[in-house]
Amino acid sequence: MVKSETHMSDQVTVIRPKKMFSLDDIKEIWRFKELLFFFTWRDLKVRYKQTIVGVGWAIFQPFMTMVVFSVFFGNLLKVPSDNIPYPIFVYTGLLFWQFFSGALSSTSSTLISNQSIITKVYFPRLILPLSAVVTELVDFAVAGVMLIVLMFYFHYTPHIAGLLILPLLLIITFLAAVGGGLFLASINVKYRDVRYVLPYFIQMLLFITPVIYPSSIAGKWSWVLAVNPMTGVIKAARGALLGTEPINWTLLMISLVAVSVLMIIGVYFFKKTERYFADIV
Amino acid sequence: MNKPIIEIKNLSKRYNITHHRGGYVALRDIIANTIKSPLKFLKNKANSVLGREVQEEFWALKDINFTVHEGEAIGIIGANGAGKSTLLKILSKITPPTTGEAILRGKVASLLEVGTGFHPELTGRENIFLNGAILGMSRKEMAKKFDDIVKFSGVEKFLDTPVKRYSSGMYVRLAFSVAAHMEPDILIVDEVLAVGDADFQKKCLGKMDSVTKAEGRTVLFVSHNMSAIQSLCTKAILLENGKIKAMGKTDEVIATYLKNNPLTQEGSTLRERKDRRGKGEVKLVSFFVEDNNGERVSSLETGGHYTLCFGYETADEKPTQNLHIGSQITADDGTPLALNWGKNTKQEINKASAKGVIRCEIKQKFPFNPGLYHISANLFRDNEIEDYIKNLGVFEVKEGDFHNLGIKTEKDGRHITLEQDWSIKEN
Repeated sequence: MVKSETHMSDQVTVIRPKKMFSLDDIKEIWRFKELLFFFTWRDLKVRYKQTIVGVGWAIFQPFMTMVVFSVFFGNLLKVPSDNIPYPIFVYTGLLFWQFFSGALSSTSSTLISNQSIITKVYFPRLILPLSAVVTELVDFAVAGVMLIVLMFYFHYTPHIAGLLILPLLLIITFLAAVGGGLFLASINVKYRDVRYVLPYFIQMLLFITPVIYPSSIAGKWSWVLAVNPMTGVIKAARGALLGTEPINWTLLMISLVAVSVLMIIGVYFFKKTERYFADIV
Repeated sequence: MNKPIIEIKNLSKRYNITHHRGGYVALRDIIANTIKSPLKFLKNKANSVLGREVQEEFWALKDINFTVHEGEAIGIIGANGAGKSTLLKILSKITPPTTGEAILRGKVASLLEVGTGFHPELTGRENIFLNGAILGMSRKEMAKKFDDIVKFSGVEKFLDTPVKRYSSGMYVRLAFSVAAHMEPDILIVDEVLAVGDADFQKKCLGKMDSVTKAEGRTVLFVSHNMSAIQSLCTKAILLENGKIKAMGKTDEVIATYLKNNPLTQEGSTLRERKDRRGKGEVKLVSFFVEDNNGERVSSLETGGHYTLCFGYETADEKPTQNLHIGSQITADDGTPLALNWGKNTKQEINKASAKGVIRCEIKQKFPFNPGLYHISANLFRDNEIEDYIKNLGVFEVKEGDFHNLGIKTEKDGRHITLEQDWSIKEN
């Protein structure tokens, strides 16, 4: 008896029909944090394994986009950039934009692309989208180095104090991308055309987000843009890092509330799908 | 007495069968249908809200109750589609049950597939860590067991090669090695040993054996390989159509299973089998074996004369043409042994009635030695697959007097006996 007590770990699994999100889910995710690490590690490793410049892609992509945008929008079209060198202006926007769009699209395909694992092994499914976002976050950090280089190049003094707001901006972006991504991931399981529509949708979204132009360009209609949470994030990022404008805290808080609601909706749908997912793929 | 390590109470699982074919639903279609016939859409919606929707239900598992005590190794057997995999999936938390509950006391590891999550681009070393993490091992545990895993797999030389360059044998060996080094209290294993070469299978079975006997872990083991079940498990559960048909000592349960297989029954269960593939316009409805007097037999002997009989029916109940059957016999461990195929003998049935029995006489002494064999069948019409059932049935071959000399064939690991004539030619 005593022997068996020590032999058997005190872990008890009870399997019952249905379950909705509870605090235990968070505890469980914490227990599986190593797996979260391994999924992220796998994604990064695989992504950069067979490329020449390896992790340099994380810089190359936004950098080239920045160059093209600077030439066409900055130099030729003379898009205003709030009196900041256009390359820095657009790169700041791109940095956050790519984090958001990358996270949104990888989260939304996460259930489908990992279906072979999901149908064979149990782990909290939320680990998958979370690791997808962490992967994007690593890319964000790498690409962020380039922003510092750019600032030096243009002899632009960054506002160091502005860095303090960075976590808040990342949280908002994270919630927006994951919340939306979880929702899309759930529909994607049932209706597979989501993956065809999404790239198009994301591209459209880029144009209604002040990435390549300042939100001031919309004049009195700029509040329309504020419906998009990424508007607030990118505006605040420029305000904080480049000192273009004072940070609009009200706008940021509205964004935060909006994305939190989005996140709750996303998790709700995700948990609902999670239950029967293994049965339908 | 200790509490049982696994308690399963009234566990049931229902699937709703939806009747649209061809993969997934596209949002496009839903939108198009809604716009085309909004009334119909509303009616359907209303019906589903009011719960009046007619949906075909299918109980993959119904009222399963059993308990397992610590250190027991339980074999789960049954025909394909009996619910074995569903049961393991519920116990592995991959899919939730519809009703009932299961309590598992201890650390659970389930192995429904070897090499889950292996990534072809990553090296063997990297995959060991990734796979270990997916199976629920901690990094510390992995680091400790890494050398053992590598040694057991025998792929030391290729540890830093991406696994996409591995041969399938190496891949399986590495994958199983990771799984074999888990140390759970409860181990759930699905038909995973049916992969890899014979040598490695033996090694796996040996490992499984030490896990159950020497280490005293609790094991739930699903397999079609009856001899593996017999050697590993002390108790067995027979599932049939989602219910427990028999439970108890392994030998007795296997005997019940063999008594109930389609070889001896008029295969009424064959009609209801879900694990079939093909167009389905002509279906296999029964399978039995006759001896040379035209009597149905319930067991076969080495050296006998038999005719395999496959009953079929057309869905439209009209006469049909150009039927033929391919039927494969495999050994208990999955090794293919013989194929009887009407196409090879140019014996397509040109004119066939709406229902009937296609017969295949084995025109030689039945060559199989004592043991368990599996049979599959593939029904063709106009060279297209109409109905394919893998594991159509299991049959037992008993010892027989092959050479008519009063010497019985034995179960000795060899699958077949050949007719032979010895002589000497002096020089």
